[in-house]
Amino acid sequence: MSAAAPVVAVHAVAKTYADGTRALAPVDLIIRAGEFVTLLGPSGCGKTTLLRIVADLLAPTQGQVTWWGDARVPAADPERRLAMVFQSPTLMPWARVAANVRLPLDLAHVAPADAANAVSDALAGVGLASFADRYPRELSGGMQMRVSIARALATAPSLLLMDEPFGALDEFTRHKLDADLAALWLARRLTVLFVTHSIQEAVFLSTRVVVMAARPGRVIADVAIPEAHPRGSAFRGSATFAALCEDLSTRVARAATGDRTSDVIQASP
Amino acid sequence: MSAAAARTLRIVAPIAVAIVVLAAWQWLVTIHDVPAYLVPSPARIAQTLWQDRVLLVDSLGVTLSIALTALALAIVAGVAIALLFAQSRLVEASLFPYAILLQVTPIVAIAPLIIIWVKDTRVALMLCAVVVAVFPIISNTTLGLRSVDPGLLDFFRMSRATRWQTLTRLRIPSALPYFFAGLRIAGGLALIGAVVAEFIAGTGGNGAGLAYQILLAGIQLNIPRLFAALVLITLAGVAIYLAIGALARMALERWHESELPGAD
Repeated sequence: MSAAAPVVAVHAVAKTYADGTRALAPVDLIIRAGEFVTLLGPSGCGKTTLLRIVADLLAPTQGQVTWWGDARVPAADPERRLAMVFQSPTLMPWARVAANVRLPLDLAHVAPADAANAVSDALAGVGLASFADRYPRELSGGMQMRVSIARALATAPSLLLMDEPFGALDEFTRHKLDADLAALWLARRLTVLFVTHSIQEAVFLSTRVVVMAARPGRVIADVAIPEAHPRGSAFRGSATFAALCEDLSTRVARAATGDRTSDVIQASP
Repeated sequence: MSAAAARTLRIVAPIAVAIVVLAAWQWLVTIHDVPAYLVPSPARIAQTLWQDRVLLVDSLGVTLSIALTALALAIVAGVAIALLFAQSRLVEASLFPYAILLQVTPIVAIAPLIIIWVKDTRVALMLCAVVVAVFPIISNTTLGLRSVDPGLLDFFRMSRATRWQTLTRLRIPSALPYFFAGLRIAGGLALIGAVVAEFIAGTGGNGAGLAYQILLAGIQLNIPRLFAALVLITLAGVAIYLAIGALARMALERWHESELPGAD
């Protein structure tokens, strides 16, 4: 395997569920180190299915996924680790915040001292250093999501998978967390695969947006977002932002009305 | 209403009901001049409790030790069986019907057999109580071990957790609230099982429990003592229930909805 192998290469992957539902038509996707790629599309477009296949939680019906050029997720390579943030915080309600963040380290038998450092580092990274001794139920939804992100970051993942992590939050909290996530991505040189159905969120965060359509789930466009990072809140109000959102929303709408002429992969204006 | 006021109400209100009922009972028995061998007055029952205290407390000790040992055995066996069931759907599907069989067969029907088969009466009574108490622990704990947040389960899978890690760090903590719900039921059932089995065994002598005292008092028409024994059984049942409740609160109050302050 070459050093330049992409983090993830999805090759002609399709998924048909046991009940015959075609969740995903053959799809290709390449994610390279340092990218922030967002899968954007309406409900039922297979974006979560694709994410779960990349997470190795779901086996594709056809096609192949390689991680760092390898057909299997490397078992114990600290340089090649996956982590996932789910739609809900999925914290252990019986464990304090610190213990929740430490969970993946405990499961991997990381030495206690190293684990303690990683936990305080991850909690500081999401701005919750002073909440280590709280229980999840004592935190707001947004804070619980931060804990979930800290838990994923604690293992210093080489690829961070995020499945609509902020979908259940109010818009103010969501904007704040989007900004924080973008900062974390930049500071820690993360590679992220992010799923959302919010066009604005996709444009704000991503270096590349992969637009998907439903019935069957497929990729209809792969759009680079050239705006430099860090992106402040001014970016949200800019004409570039509006134009990018408009372009993506047109593509999604066209795909929804069944106009397949948009199936051309092209760069953004 | 403040939390403290609500707590006080939960203690004071039932006591007030008890006082009213006992006063009415005393009054009715007195004005109608009901003989003690039909319905003794509360005062008479209290008096009997005091007079027969040595006999009754001894018997209470016997019954309680049988019930509590049975409860401990039911916890061990029930949790072990639930852990077995949680290992595979095949095992659960094959064996769960037999656990139900245990539950639906009346203890009065199997107790005579157990008493014949097991030489030591005390052990026989204990086994009867285990048979009655074990089912709610099996069924609730099995349900709890399966009621795991699917997202957390995915997280454990992605973290390459072993089966053992998933069991100890995820399934067992998730099952705790369910286990305690089962334990609350099992606590009362263990006592009922111990009493019913002793009724059937009908053995007296040194190791006689409260059921035997009730049986004997009934034959001798010593109705005040019968009531006194009944009061002790009831109090023992309430005490077991409260103790289990306190245990559940200690284990769950920091995180589970059922035991959070102000959950009522």
